Amino acid sequence: MTKTILIDPVTRIEGHAKITLHLDDDGQVEEARFHVTEFRGFEKFCEGRSFWEMPGITARICGICPVSHLMASSKAGDAILGVNIPPTAAKLRRLMNWAQLVQSHALSFFHLSGPDLLLGMDSDPAQRNVMGLIEKYPDVARNGIRLRRFGQKVIEMLGGRSVHPAWTVAGGVRDPLSDENRSKIRRMLPEALDITGLALDLLKDAFDSFSDEEAMYGNFPSLYMGLVTPEGGLEHYDGLLRVMDSDGNVLEPGLAPARYREILGEATEPWSYLKFPYYKPAAVRDANGSGRTLDHYQAGMYRVGPLARVNVCDFAGTPRADAELREFRRLAPRGRPVANSFHYHYARLIEILYALERIVETMDDPAITDKRIRAHAEVNNMVGVGVSEAPRGALFHEYHVNGDGILQKVNMIIATGQNNLAMNRTVKQIAQYHINGGKVTEGVLNRIEHGIRLYDPCLSCSTHAVGQMPMVVEVYDAGGALVQQVARG
Amino acid sequence: MSVVTLTINDELVSAQEGETLLAVLHERGIDMPTLCHLEGLSERGGCRLCMVELEGSSRLQAACVTQVQEDMIVHTHSERLVKYRKMILELLFAERNHICAVCVMNGNCELQWEAAKIGMDHVRYEYLNPDLAMDASHERYVLDHNRCILCTRCVRVCDEIEGAHVWDVMGRGANSRVIIDLNQAWGTSQSCTSCGKCVQVCPTGALFDKGATVAEMEKQHNFLRWILDGREKNVWSYGK
Repeated sequence: MTKTILIDPVTRIEGHAKITLHLDDDGQVEEARFHVTEFRGFEKFCEGRSFWEMPGITARICGICPVSHLMASSKAGDAILGVNIPPTAAKLRRLMNWAQLVQSHALSFFHLSGPDLLLGMDSDPAQRNVMGLIEKYPDVARNGIRLRRFGQKVIEMLGGRSVHPAWTVAGGVRDPLSDENRSKIRRMLPEALDITGLALDLLKDAFDSFSDEEAMYGNFPSLYMGLVTPEGGLEHYDGLLRVMDSDGNVLEPGLAPARYREILGEATEPWSYLKFPYYKPAAVRDANGSGRTLDHYQAGMYRVGPLARVNVCDFAGTPRADAELREFRRLAPRGRPVANSFHYHYARLIEILYALERIVETMDDPAITDKRIRAHAEVNNMVGVGVSEAPRGALFHEYHVNGDGILQKVNMIIATGQNNLAMNRTVKQIAQYHINGGKVTEGVLNRIEHGIRLYDPCLSCSTHAVGQMPMVVEVYDAGGALVQQVARG
Repeated sequence: MSVVTLTINDELVSAQEGETLLAVLHERGIDMPTLCHLEGLSERGGCRLCMVELEGSSRLQAACVTQVQEDMIVHTHSERLVKYRKMILELLFAERNHICAVCVMNGNCELQWEAAKIGMDHVRYEYLNPDLAMDASHERYVLDHNRCILCTRCVRVCDEIEGAHVWDVMGRGANSRVIIDLNQAWGTSQSCTSCGKCVQVCPTGALFDKGATVAEMEKQHNFLRWILDGREKNVWSYGK
């Protein structure tokens, strides 16, 4: 028995993690745990700083989705100021948020998951990466880069830089959109839309060769949570929180996001730095119904992100995305949400389409280049909550300040954290299907990894942690002894 | 006023008697790093970045508080001087919590410029990571001790130009802090006129406009010249 833990960097996920599989006496998987082993502590060290600084500081949580933190943080700041920001500022923020959605989803689909989908789960791991993709499918890889570039360019045009733009602030945004940049965005749109169409074709073609994965990759009942417009449409910047169960019953039709604490709890486990958010009413019901168990909160498991968002909304609100959404709905029995996490991929592409269509509309809005974009005010509220949809799911920033605007307490709930329970369940499901007698092969390891990758987790964000993701799978027997350890490099 | 002749970096130079060495170096276009010096304010000689070597003296001298003298032989950029300047800058960064990436003065900060100019790519000393507070009690301005380098420009401008003498320095050595009145919250100061001169002369993001966000703060020193020309020469030409 060894106690040494091998750490080898694993590609295509952000952050540090390991997986442990616990076997029963027959060598079958009894429990699987996805451990997040990094800790950063943004919530703590931001105390004592000013809320004005928070968009700039929290954007540094992540290099992939700094824009999402900017949005949530600026909105929390708006709430502390107690202002309605100028309409153009809100439109510009939405524009940047859509651009962020496009670039992040493109990265996830083409660069991170593309190698699995196109080269195959069992292909040579040395080739199963974006370089291998470029070699075998140069056009696909190029398209992925082009689509991501579109999103990055729009962010750069608005914020002056594509990573960590300090552009949205409490009260609005710092710079308007110029006519010149509006024209540039218009010119880039047709190609981005074409690539999205091709990606949808590509994914649908892949469905046939991944029927196994489609059936059992995170295919379990859970709740879903996402923002919707007051009318029930797909929403990413503002709106109301909606929660739906696996039968399609709407448990929360439209809760004001600032009241999120009424429905969301955060559990912790000693084996992971990533918290386990859960839907409180379901956990309580379970506790009352079946007696309180150690992990009763797990009954409140909900999923967020693209799959959840397209599940909970009534409609997308743009023509092409709505057409795709109708097709997507057919993947589940009528009236029920799509439960299979494999379809995160599909949901992601629908959202890219939606975002691009919205950007097309926005470019025709005469108010988009208006120069009135920033409201000024003092601290008017001691608490501010900002909620937006990050590419990976709902993102909550809650700030408590004193009268001078100095932070007394910070709480952030990050999308990946909310998928923590579902990711654990997914790992277990895949491990149980593929592992018999305790033997883990490289192909199985990749399938488990892909199960995690479906959620496009950003562990940097969710633990507020940094770095690449070394992943180790450890297999323990019924006596707790380590029987096998596999590290991916 | 008589003229003195001295040698700077192997070149013969004439200067007015009573001038500081730093003034002469600037006149000659020699790039000298400074942080506590600001034209229009009294000299302090505190940051030690403008140190020079004087032949015949084993000690280094701060050019801002050294008067030119006949036959002085000065070296401004010897290997030893550059080494010490780099060390001083690294110590400044290690002493407090300078996080350029999220600072209001990112890109416009004199400390950052000097570090970049000298090629400071890392800090060799252990960071002290002091637990320092922000004072955001003033209606318009914020003080962040984390970014203060104790140059005392704020102290001097408030005393010498505005005449309010709100600022002072409390404590000793690395524990020194700039304070307002009798070490009280800025918003409670009765002597502060809210003129903002301290904010404009501060070389870093220690003093800034409330509501400013990352890299948004730019500071203007030209008001000093305007006020001094008005006072000394009765020439009022702000903005021209």
